[in-house]
Amino acid sequence: MRLNAATDRGTERGISAAPRTGPVRRSVLGRYTLALLLAVAVLADGGTLSASGANLPVHKQAPEFVRVGLDHKKIDLNAYRGKVVLLDFWATWCAPCQVEMPSFVAWQKKYGPQGLQVIGISLDDDAALARGAYGKLKLNYPVAMGDAKLGDLYGGVYGLPTTFLIDRHGEIQAEYRGEANLDEIERKMQSLLRSR
Amino acid sequence: MKRNCIAQSSRAIGLAAIMALFFVFGFAQSQAQYTPLTGPGSAYSVPQAQLIQPDALNRLLQAKGTGKPLLLQVGSRLLFDEGHIAGSVYVGAAAQADGLQQLQNMAAKLPKTKFIVLYCGCCPWNHCPNVGPAYNQLHSMGFTDVKVLYLPNNLGDDWAAKGYALERGH
Repeated sequence: MRLNAATDRGTERGISAAPRTGPVRRSVLGRYTLALLLAVAVLADGGTLSASGANLPVHKQAPEFVRVGLDHKKIDLNAYRGKVVLLDFWATWCAPCQVEMPSFVAWQKKYGPQGLQVIGISLDDDAALARGAYGKLKLNYPVAMGDAKLGDLYGGVYGLPTTFLIDRHGEIQAEYRGEANLDEIERKMQSLLRSR
Repeated sequence: MKRNCIAQSSRAIGLAAIMALFFVFGFAQSQAQYTPLTGPGSAYSVPQAQLIQPDALNRLLQAKGTGKPLLLQVGSRLLFDEGHIAGSVYVGAAAQADGLQQLQNMAAKLPKTKFIVLYCGCCPWNHCPNVGPAYNQLHSMGFTDVKVLYLPNNLGDDWAAKGYALERGH
């Protein structure tokens, strides 16, 4: 995620300065170098490397899906248009998922009135395990069982946890894989909640 | 004079104690977020010498001739269906008794010198509940040539994103 941001900023600066020559051009080269160094620095940071893959669906429209939740109610992603959606792929065997989920519960309570909707997708092989966790963790947001097809729709969910932030217009704005920084997710979510 | 000295010392000790509390509390908080899985069943129980890196395994799989390992996925069935290393076989989640039993049943039919590579990639290495029990099971059965694929984050980031071959489905 931070790699993309750094690279994008570098590219924007480069385009605006491209026609210039002489010392200014050298300065542009310097900026490219700086962007490259920033990118390398971010790559060296294991926590954010995972969010910088080439096949991520970030800045694309979130693939539509309709599922029946563990509470037997329909979960239609399209119905949440106008809200910021935190889409969490998790499983009961995934320890980092269990660490994150209490925060998602707290965020749903705190930011729900501002337009946040958390949706959980369990990738457990056995729905009974997900149902057990649903009650044990007192999840206050809808959860459906996922499958390989849904994972494919979201660019391939080959490991957990994987979390997407979708803006009010239905566009994916961020993807976090592995041990994400929860503060970073919250800050991004707050920023999306402020946008209309 | 002496009283002043004692007061200053007390303040210094108090300040140091407060700083220590901040340090310990902050450290504990950061550790509380993602506590790595440790102990006999963790991925860390696999000896370093028995790990194989993704690029090394990929080279091995791409090479012509014999000497290719039997690749066993010992994690989630659903993730296996979505994508698994080409040619690998699903065994079962080794963190669960059923999965471990399936591994034992499968391995019982193999020669102890069989070259086997185990992998999971369900979640970050320091949280993987499967590869440790799977490796320990084969080791205790007397298998002498077992490696575990080291996937620091997951199969997507450490295998698929590098362009190495994945298959879908059962």
